[in-house]
Amino acid sequence: MLEIRGLAASIEDKPILKGIDITVPDGEIHAIMGPNGSGKSTLGYVLAGREEYEVTAGGVTFNGADLLAMEPEERAVAGIFLAFQAPIELPGVNNANFLRTALNAIRRARGEEELDAAQFLKTARAAAKTLAMKEDLLKRNVNVGFSGGEKKRNEVLQMAILKPRLAILDETDSGLDIDALRIVADGVNALRSPDFSALVITHHQRLLDLLVPNRVHVLAHGRIVRSGGPELALELEKSGYAAMVQEAA
Amino acid sequence: MPATTETLDTVQSVTQSGYKWGFETSIEMDFAPKGLNEDIIRLISARKEEPDWMLDWRLKAFAAWKAMEEPHWARVDHPPIDYQDLHYYAAPKKKAGPRSLDDVDPELLAMYEKLGIPLKERAILAGVDPGDLPGETDRQIAVDAVFDSVSVATTFQKTLKEAGVIFCPISEAVKEHPELVRQYLGTVVPVGDNFFAALNSAVFTDGSFVYIPKGVRCPMELSTYFRINARNTGQFERTLIIADEGSYVSYLEGCTAPQRDENQLHAAVVELIAMNDAQIKYSTVQNWYPGDSEGKGGIYNYVTKRGACRGDRSKISWTQVETGSAITWKYPSCVLQGADSVGEFYSVAVTNNHQQADTGTKMIHIGKGSRSTIVSKGISAGRSNNTYRGLVRMLPTAANARNFTQCDSLLIGDKCGAHTVPYIESRNRTAKVEHEATTSKIAEDQLFYCRSRGLSEEDAVGLIVNGFCKDVLKELPMEFAVEAQKLLAVSLEGSVG
Repeated sequence: MLEIRGLAASIEDKPILKGIDITVPDGEIHAIMGPNGSGKSTLGYVLAGREEYEVTAGGVTFNGADLLAMEPEERAVAGIFLAFQAPIELPGVNNANFLRTALNAIRRARGEEELDAAQFLKTARAAAKTLAMKEDLLKRNVNVGFSGGEKKRNEVLQMAILKPRLAILDETDSGLDIDALRIVADGVNALRSPDFSALVITHHQRLLDLLVPNRVHVLAHGRIVRSGGPELALELEKSGYAAMVQEAA
Repeated sequence: MPATTETLDTVQSVTQSGYKWGFETSIEMDFAPKGLNEDIIRLISARKEEPDWMLDWRLKAFAAWKAMEEPHWARVDHPPIDYQDLHYYAAPKKKAGPRSLDDVDPELLAMYEKLGIPLKERAILAGVDPGDLPGETDRQIAVDAVFDSVSVATTFQKTLKEAGVIFCPISEAVKEHPELVRQYLGTVVPVGDNFFAALNSAVFTDGSFVYIPKGVRCPMELSTYFRINARNTGQFERTLIIADEGSYVSYLEGCTAPQRDENQLHAAVVELIAMNDAQIKYSTVQNWYPGDSEGKGGIYNYVTKRGACRGDRSKISWTQVETGSAITWKYPSCVLQGADSVGEFYSVAVTNNHQQADTGTKMIHIGKGSRSTIVSKGISAGRSNNTYRGLVRMLPTAANARNFTQCDSLLIGDKCGAHTVPYIESRNRTAKVEHEATTSKIAEDQLFYCRSRGLSEEDAVGLIVNGFCKDVLKELPMEFAVEAQKLLAVSLEGSVG
């Protein structure tokens, strides 16, 4: 269970998040929607531990542990995964090697046995196949020369292999065609279990049609201005953010 | 234990400490008095039981050296070296003919073990018949170990002999194969080539000699471990490799030294000669003691390495991973005399703390259609300075010659420096020279991306640096590549955050 309480964060002394409260129980998917610049990506970065952001108030616990006290890699071990809106390129670093190193780092930290190259490749190939990804994506350098869609799928592949307990998807659906969108949704749905939860940052109803979130939160000016069931997203699709945001301001 | 497992274990132990080769072995040594003069050179020559021509050659080099000045054009800075305050000869005292491992000086065996040399080869190196020692029979690397001033032993002599390959200490070659040594020694790097080469020519004490006969593909990798052990001792090894027509050889060298507060001088010369259609692949993992994090101690590494592609379609390929030494001054070069000859230089140079490296290559194009490739990756961290210095010269005869240079620098932190100094001279209008250079920093977002996937900061740096160096590392023989990757990680330990 993820519990965010009164979370405020700033970058270079500029406040971005101004008191966020969200609780995501195990097994649930919550959507975060909201206009550009409202702090959605910042929320994702703060949860994943990016150091440029300073937490100025509030707290976050994940399964009872103080998430904000952990290093980014410790959060990964605890089961947090952030699918980046703009995945980072790592020149010369083989995608499969990167993933295996990451997976084994996590397994090592959890006291599990590491996978050798053969075992890993088997797992990775199977995951790539389920996501209808070309196998050569594993052989290429991490995100280097990937198309926008390939980068997003690569994030989903990482998620499928690292099997997080909480996935944060930062606009993983934007810029994707309908088929790719379905693959992203399938990737998330495949992980669904009573232990798995997700925070899905998105602008589009289409993804939510496939994922069916338990809750939808609208973020504006660094605050949650509305929370509701899946019908809230439909309302937004019809009337836009403007009315809701003004109401809150 | 299979050799590969052993290597991996060695490699694992590498990652657990900083400079794991910083031990000192207390072996009884035979020293020449400190200082450099004709008498010392005569003494070295006498100890080596050299013929007169060799002594004359040394004295000629010494005369040239006396008339030269230490060069100061490189971007390195250190207190003056007192050439009279060094021992120019130090050798482990030999006990004649050990018959089993039990008879061998345990210190010597322990040193080989620490160097990561497998047991069977340790036995051979110590001069013992390996007999039925549990075998790394699948490992086909012949090793020559140079300990301070002398080559201690060379393995796999018999197998090599059957193939007609000569691989022995150069001191032995001077006696056993004088015709080859006289014909080729000093023909690529003449005695008066430069200050350090002249010094080496006057006082060199040992090193490896390789001759691959016509049409022979050397049946195994040849390898030399260089080890400086004694205090206040310079190491001046000399390597000469000749690949006759249509032959092929891959040669590896590794080097380590004890951890000491004072600086030690290492001035080696390596000469390679490739005849028609011959190929020489020369790989180095240089890991001399780099000094401590305050910049105290470390090896001054002043090395002249040059290969001559004498024959048509001959090829010489240098690959180096330079992580050690306080000062590195090194430009492995190719003189491309043959038509359609090929020169390659792949380099990774890492500097951390207070290390200074000024390294690169020279590609001298003489033959028509000669081609060269330079891929240089410089990584600077801490307060170090890392300079690429490279010359590409197209002579009027080098019609249609080609060069491609890729020169990349990676900065870690904001107190280090990266410098690129290319010299390009073209005197043939059909020749083509390309130079690409980039400088980058390890970006915060790259580190964060890796860490958010579970990697520690140091593992993330290691991964990014290895990615940066991939084009070079893939040129190394597999076993060396693994070692080199781990070394890169160790060299950069503590460079972030």
